[in-house]
Amino acid sequence: MKSDTIAAIATGNSSAGISIIRISGENALSAIDKIYKSKVKNKKLSEKESHTIHYGYIVDEQEVIDEVMVTIMKAPSTYTREDVVEINCHGGIVVTRRILETVLKQEIRLAEPGEFTKRAFLNGRIDLSQAEAVCDIINAKNQIALKNSLKQLKGREQEKIEEIRNVILRDIAFIEAALDDPEHISIEGFSEELLNHLDTNCNALEGLIKSSKDGKLIKEGIKTVIIGKPNAGKSSLLNILVKEDRAIVTDIAGTTRDTLEETIRLNDITLNIIDTAGIRSTDDIIEKIGVDKAIKLSQEADLILYVLDSSVPLDENDDKILSLIKEKKAILLLNKSDLGPKILVDDIKEKSSHPIIITSFIEHTGLGDLEELIKKMFFEGSLTIHEDIYITNERHIEAFKNALGSLNMVRDSVINQMPEDFYSIDLMAAYEELGKILGENLGEDLINMIFSEFCMGK
Amino acid sequence: MSYVYEDYDVVVIGAGHAGCEAALACARLSLNTIIFTVSMDSVALMPCNPNIGGTSKGHLVREIDALGGEMGRNIDKTYIQSKMLNLSKGPAVHSLRAQADKLEYSHSMRMVLENTHNLTLRQAEITEILTEDNRVTGVKTYSGSIYPCKAVILCTGTYLNARCIYGDIIHESGPDGLQSALQLTDCLKKLGIEMFRFKTGTPARIDKRSIDFSKMEEQKGDEKIVPFSFTNKAKDIEKDQISCWLTYTTPKTHEIINKNIDRSPLYTGNIKGTGARYCPSIEDKVVRFADKERHQVFIEPEGKYTNEMYISGMSTSLPEDVQVEMYRSVPGLEKAKIVRNAYAIEYDCINPAQLKPTLELRNIEGFFSAGQFNGSSGYEEAAAQGLMAGINASMKILGKEQIVLDRSQAYIGVLIDDLITKETMEPYRMMTSRAEYRLLLRQDNADLRLTKIGYQVGLIDEDRYQALLMKEERIEKEIKRLESTIIGARKEVQEILVNLNSTPLTTACSLAELIRRPELNYEVLKDIDPLREELPEDVIEQVNINIKYEGYIVRQKRQVEQFKKQENKKIPDNLDYNLISSLRIEAKQKLNKFRPVSIGQASRISGVSPADISVLLVYLMQYNAKERE
Repeated sequence: MKSDTIAAIATGNSSAGISIIRISGENALSAIDKIYKSKVKNKKLSEKESHTIHYGYIVDEQEVIDEVMVTIMKAPSTYTREDVVEINCHGGIVVTRRILETVLKQEIRLAEPGEFTKRAFLNGRIDLSQAEAVCDIINAKNQIALKNSLKQLKGREQEKIEEIRNVILRDIAFIEAALDDPEHISIEGFSEELLNHLDTNCNALEGLIKSSKDGKLIKEGIKTVIIGKPNAGKSSLLNILVKEDRAIVTDIAGTTRDTLEETIRLNDITLNIIDTAGIRSTDDIIEKIGVDKAIKLSQEADLILYVLDSSVPLDENDDKILSLIKEKKAILLLNKSDLGPKILVDDIKEKSSHPIIITSFIEHTGLGDLEELIKKMFFEGSLTIHEDIYITNERHIEAFKNALGSLNMVRDSVINQMPEDFYSIDLMAAYEELGKILGENLGEDLINMIFSEFCMGK
Repeated sequence: MSYVYEDYDVVVIGAGHAGCEAALACARLSLNTIIFTVSMDSVALMPCNPNIGGTSKGHLVREIDALGGEMGRNIDKTYIQSKMLNLSKGPAVHSLRAQADKLEYSHSMRMVLENTHNLTLRQAEITEILTEDNRVTGVKTYSGSIYPCKAVILCTGTYLNARCIYGDIIHESGPDGLQSALQLTDCLKKLGIEMFRFKTGTPARIDKRSIDFSKMEEQKGDEKIVPFSFTNKAKDIEKDQISCWLTYTTPKTHEIINKNIDRSPLYTGNIKGTGARYCPSIEDKVVRFADKERHQVFIEPEGKYTNEMYISGMSTSLPEDVQVEMYRSVPGLEKAKIVRNAYAIEYDCINPAQLKPTLELRNIEGFFSAGQFNGSSGYEEAAAQGLMAGINASMKILGKEQIVLDRSQAYIGVLIDDLITKETMEPYRMMTSRAEYRLLLRQDNADLRLTKIGYQVGLIDEDRYQALLMKEERIEKEIKRLESTIIGARKEVQEILVNLNSTPLTTACSLAELIRRPELNYEVLKDIDPLREELPEDVIEQVNINIKYEGYIVRQKRQVEQFKKQENKKIPDNLDYNLISSLRIEAKQKLNKFRPVSIGQASRISGVSPADISVLLVYLMQYNAKERE
């Protein structure tokens, strides 16, 4: 079994008051000694008694990151039967992540999904009869992690990773094809080209690491989807919220045929707002694609803003939308109040239990209420962002760093004039590492690429 | 009428490259062995390319030799040209290839077989494998005679239901017009064995007298040759070598092919079997790589006593009239006279997912199979499997531990693991890129990796074993000496280094450190190292490689340790994956189909995710605890 030391954020929701970072394994105690400072005198937590809690600071080099309480639990009376350290800090996305980063600098790696439980089991802490349950946890957590890994990656970034991977794979395939069939394929002079590719890819990876650290790579806000029938004012809402004309607003119903996405901040809350095509029965194929996409997006949303044109009566399309969002967190906006309402609050209340706000986007009324309501929902905890998001980001950073390390080793091999077959080893490592982000296995990629791209002999 | 003819320990069906190795291994391990062939004239036949070895295949041959197999010795006896490929690349991909005299190769192997104690040769077609309670009991021939036995090794190559095709012509025959085996497939299907239908092909043979070699580039063999067998010294097998020739296809060739492509049986639907991407026919190459202006064509002699030349790079199943026109469009072949037509061949083979790593069928005890019948391609891949099947059938009968080489030990291990673990949808060919630990699996160290295992099995004699131990000791001692011999920055040292285009020393360093410099090696440092003992060349080679690439080798060894841990976690035979509810459905299906023997093997099955492996580990722990109770 892997006996290395692992760490992860143990509490899911970062908007909670306190976050816990859990560390388990041989290096847990020596690591905390390096990053913990007590308030008064130098004390070493590794020397303290097991199952005690200590007040102090987490520091990275000289910089104080947060005021914390640290719990020391020594093997074997711990959850994993290994040495366990738990750092309780002041919630908050930035601080929690910084502490985890600091921990991961200490020869500790990020735990795989469900790994604490797996260790607890394999070390005999969890009864054998619970194996089934443990299996379920591992499986469920992995599936979520994989799903999140892709979901949270912005489309553009995903393309970037795929592009890097593709260049790497093609280089390996060329080298391997030439090694396999030296009489047909010559590798002479390839080193130059490879060095160029390495430069480009290393730069791209460094960029990815940087933007991951800045949190730019993941969609970390509350996924908010604006839906409604055509011409209810969905795009106007987005424009007002973003305060710029991103969506095309016209009086022709059905203008927004694809989806638009913007990130906005309400005080401390980040919203990822997606505007969608109006939902109605349609024969127009292109419009229908937009409608289907809107329906799909609304099902993945953390929060739905349903915009209704209150100057026209409810119809079967509204019924359809209401049933669609029945189980979701949603706010209903009765818009165009300036035009004289045909829909009354009571009409809606019969059909839906979601909160209702009366708005006029043209007169800018009701928007303050909307912001207040969203904040209220968030701080009361009825609205949460996806809990594994920070972990996912850390995982991405780790994979990028490993891939970068491998590519740098390839560069060393080229510069040291090693024979070409040595390049493949580390190129392959980089390729696999990036595949983890996309949830892709190596499989027969290489062999397929060799045969599809290069004409082999015989 | 059927009747019992004679009892044997082992029956080997087919005397191709797999069958020969299998039969020799069994007989040499003192088992009473009989080998059947549809024609005594086709023992160790090379119906396609006239060479043994090549990239990664050369590794296989050296491994076969290191384990006590025959192929390496036989090609050393009968080669007509020898070449080490990839010499400008790293030692891991140096690959030996020899052109063979096909007829001599076959004769020489037949003589070895005929003169091996405990081995009987018999010309007959086997039509039935006899079983009782899912256990092999014997075989039956076309004429009705029954040979009871303890184990069967099936090595039917491309002969099962074989048909040869070019254009709209179909011959119901095996390769080279030899009789195919038509009845065995039905018997195998009745035994519940899943069959595939694969396809391969071969180019035409052309009369040497009709070729204008002045329009081609000569391809000579190496001056300094390396024997395939570790038992041979280069000087003992040196001989005058025969050249091959290089020419190219022309735009005219491609035009002829494109014009007639609709007459290819691949397009007319006459061929249904799955072909291999790595050995495409010329029409495949021209269609798929349309932007390539020309393709290489190697003209290779088939042997010393024939004028037939093999046209490598131009296998085809186009009709005869197109073949003539096409070959004659190649410079030097303008007046070519075809001796044998090119053709594609279709044949039945097994889905190798049904095999254990020992090459025994999971569902029928005592039933082993090897070679092209297992979905591989190539003489060397076949021989390697034949040897392993022979060893394992013998070990089983003798009640000894069977031998499974893993991916970190040998290309043979990679080959067999890939065959039984990956969904092979085309004939499988060995490639160095398939070996993830190839830095350790070099052709130069096959003896160091495997000869001990051959000795343990009983195929390597005491002398050879002792010589190996001595070699090991010398290598180790010399490496230690080089690591600990420190060289000061003396004037004469600096001069020598400068003369070797290397930078002078700034501080003292070990000889090993100097060897690690890209521009230096063991041999050139002789003058700096006066205390050096005279060592055999093969020892020097190992010392040099081990020191020069130490960093990479150490890293691969570390990976191997991780790999071994997973391989050592065994999965019980009778595990019912359906009972593990948290496995994903796809994983359950795949695991039930492939029935991996270890966690390591399970992790290589496509469709089994790392999370599934975690689940499996947890489940096994509970399972094992229950078993103990």
